[in-house]
Amino acid sequence: MGYPHPSHSRETPVISKYFGDPEARTLAGWQKRGGYEVLKQALSTDPVEVQNVVKDSGLRGRGGAGFPTGVKWSFMKPDGKTHYLCINGDESEPGTFKDRELMRWTPHQLVEGAAVAAHAIYAETAYIYIRGEYTEPIARVSEAIREAYAAGILGANAMGSGKRVDVHVHKGAGAYICGEETALMNSLEGRRGNPRIKPPFPAVAGLFAQPTTINNVETVCAAIHVLRNGADWYKSLSSPTNPKSTGTKLFSVCGNVARPGNYEVGMGFPMKDFLWELCGGPPAGRAFKAIIPGGSSVPILTPEECEAAVMDYEGIQAAGSLLGSGGVICFDDSQDMVRQIARLARFYAHESCAQCTQCREGTAWTTKILERIRDGQGTMKDLDTLLEIADNMTGKTICVLSDSCATPVVSGLKKFRHEFEAKIPKNRSSVMIPSLSTAAA
Amino acid sequence: MTAPAAPANPGMVTLTIEGREVIVPPGTNLIEAAKTAGVLIPHYCYHPSLPVAGVCRMCLVEVEKFPKLTPACATTVGEGQIVHVHSAKAREARKGVLEFLLINHPLDCPICDQAGECELQDYTFAEGRKDSRYMEPKRFNPMEDFGGDVLYVPNRCILCTRCVRFMDVVAKESVLNVSERGDRAYIGKFEGADLTHAWASNVVDLCPVGALLSKDFLNKARAWELDRAASICPSCSQGCNVMLETRDNVVVRIRPRPNASVNQHFACDVGRLNYRWINRRDRLEYPQVRSSQGLVTTSWSEAVKAAASAITAAARVTVLVSPALSNEALYLLGRIASHVSATAVMTIARGPEAPLPGVKDLSLRAERAPNHTGAELFGFTDVISPTAGLGSNDLLIVADAAASVSAVPDGVRVIVIGTVLDDMLKGATIVALPVCNFAEEDGTFMNLRGRVQRFQQSKAPPAQVRPTYRVFGEVAAAIGAGSYPALASDVFATIVATVPAFAGMTYRTLGLQGAPATLPAGAAV
Repeated sequence: MGYPHPSHSRETPVISKYFGDPEARTLAGWQKRGGYEVLKQALSTDPVEVQNVVKDSGLRGRGGAGFPTGVKWSFMKPDGKTHYLCINGDESEPGTFKDRELMRWTPHQLVEGAAVAAHAIYAETAYIYIRGEYTEPIARVSEAIREAYAAGILGANAMGSGKRVDVHVHKGAGAYICGEETALMNSLEGRRGNPRIKPPFPAVAGLFAQPTTINNVETVCAAIHVLRNGADWYKSLSSPTNPKSTGTKLFSVCGNVARPGNYEVGMGFPMKDFLWELCGGPPAGRAFKAIIPGGSSVPILTPEECEAAVMDYEGIQAAGSLLGSGGVICFDDSQDMVRQIARLARFYAHESCAQCTQCREGTAWTTKILERIRDGQGTMKDLDTLLEIADNMTGKTICVLSDSCATPVVSGLKKFRHEFEAKIPKNRSSVMIPSLSTAAA
Repeated sequence: MTAPAAPANPGMVTLTIEGREVIVPPGTNLIEAAKTAGVLIPHYCYHPSLPVAGVCRMCLVEVEKFPKLTPACATTVGEGQIVHVHSAKAREARKGVLEFLLINHPLDCPICDQAGECELQDYTFAEGRKDSRYMEPKRFNPMEDFGGDVLYVPNRCILCTRCVRFMDVVAKESVLNVSERGDRAYIGKFEGADLTHAWASNVVDLCPVGALLSKDFLNKARAWELDRAASICPSCSQGCNVMLETRDNVVVRIRPRPNASVNQHFACDVGRLNYRWINRRDRLEYPQVRSSQGLVTTSWSEAVKAAASAITAAARVTVLVSPALSNEALYLLGRIASHVSATAVMTIARGPEAPLPGVKDLSLRAERAPNHTGAELFGFTDVISPTAGLGSNDLLIVADAAASVSAVPDGVRVIVIGTVLDDMLKGATIVALPVCNFAEEDGTFMNLRGRVQRFQQSKAPPAQVRPTYRVFGEVAAAIGAGSYPALASDVFATIVATVPAFAGMTYRTLGLQGAPATLPAGAAV
């Protein structure tokens, strides 16, 4: 649903069906809408069966990487160890705000999804990690958990099943990197939010060194609909041409666009229709210049590249970018791409956890060069240097923050090189350093 | 995951690193495996005594069939792996890391203490860029006194976090942290905490660059001016393996030398900083004998003769030794003592024990002497007051143990065989024989667990000073207690032949790591 706009007829609202409906926030309202039926049934079902339904549905992680959810759950075996579920509600990717709305409007959907997922991975405890700036979502989810405990839905005997399910909210402190799964676990444990080296993978030794599964908010919300209506129903929501991307996806649209907001469409939706019909195209009198389709970490697309693209994992990849978190950022022709890319780089330089050399130094250096070019102090050589730095920053670090900083730089330089060149004073071979030039004079 | 190939060597993993076949136990990481083939994989954050962090990204290597470069520190060996350390791709990645590490580095090698033993300098020289593309202003942070003996120069820091991990995991006293994020990050101290832990100075050695410096060694010498000799720390009975570093015959620094059985890679602050006495200038430099004009300088042969006749003529002899003498010296002193049925005693200085929690059985020991175990083995007993009950019938031989004597009772005659002639002893001294301190001779110590470890000469003795084992050997021969060789290794061979605890040892087999003695049951271990 295109909250705050009325739902468009071509949308497929499943997880976003109750956006804007305050009654759905309450336990009574959620139960009236069929809430917690899936949990009740799941708790009496063998976790392997739950895993299999989700596996069959083709549901993939909605946080960005797109790993098949059922397969991830099936890594967790009943081995007698304490298992943990982490729900990633850190949602710190610039341009992404789908989880925020899910948590604001349907907190019980998340609590139910978390409880179902916990059961599916033989865990009794789920932690919902929500970024600190999300004060309203934190309040809504906390209230939902309180209601659920009071109603016996959570606790030592969840819904009378005899099974224990505990769900806790953990408030992040606002670091982007804490959305990285292992950094999130460090943060939950009370440590500095630094990503961990893998292996060991979380499924082997995650939170508190126990087997852990981590899922995005949207993923577990979608999972309960899969379990309620079946895998085949879920697959029927998306374009039949691509069986690898199934179900619906919630896209957050922001930037220079007529109707920003969240839109839930079936996978495989044509991007052109999405941008023009659903989102209303660029602001009046403007034209699109660039689209970032999946949060700030993915390659920038030109409007031409978006023309024929379809919105699913493979479709956006074919167009030269990634589905990522589903945060669609639109730029119109009034935007200075150098300024925008420099701003993105500054974000990553600010958020680098400082562990890996390439990221710590590379993000900051990239930012300094970009800002110098933006301020008219660049040289042609800087453009080559930027690409070489980006190459040194890609695929060499513990997590992908470094790669994420390099991505918009590389794609931006490839697609908007003329804008960079236009900022560079003609025939300049070296940087003008004011103190030196005055000294020479 | 592919099915594991049948191992070529059962129980071991066989792989190829830089074209060389390597056979190592399972679980070994690639850096350690490469070492066995003589291949150094450049690294900063990895250290064999610390948990793996995998953050410097310097040790990226190419492993065939791996999609990306992999950090060698965090990758365990796999059967049949083919590892390329110096492929174009790996070298390019390291070149990139080096460039990143240097963009905010002040490049102040000419005034940096680490220059000459700096891994950033070494690797940059080996495979870095010849120029910098960095044209922006550099990050600047002021120097900070970290307490203890440690000074932090953040501009040189590469944030490898070895120091943080040492304090957290080995010293188990969290003092250091990584503060801030991105390129603003630096090593910070927790509020109100200081590097006052007894083993804190190890962070200076662990630091691969010039970011953590010893205040004691600051601006004292350049690394390439130093001579180094393998030695044993004389400050307590732990027997930490150390390197004595000298400049122009002066010891300027003591640093730990790795020994997995004793001190891993570590040494405590007390041991490191307790070296100035080795360089004392007020040494006893010539043999002296008392005559009508007082103590007069004489020849070695006259002095030894005088000492021998005093010993044989004495009614009662007490041999007071320092538990910091070598086994070789103490063995010969033991022979002298038993030949004249002397009382053989020592005193052991004591101080507070200070363990390093992260390493098993490693501590600054309460017994502040390197060889009290050896001394006990050679028949010397620990007493509180070695001069009590002595009178005019007594001859006291003080073997470098002036510190054990608070006052000489009236009438007692003293033979001093030591590095210095203490004023308090001077009046009673009839013969004074100058000997080397441990840094000026070869020898062995036995640590509190009975491990026999060699130390090597690291500086030249002054004037006519002679090695302890030679002087004691000559005195022993002069009183008729046998004849002894003039080399430390030969004296040691004599010990091995007569003392069962040392059975089978030679200087060669002891090497630089030592070996445990077979101590009789109930021995002081």
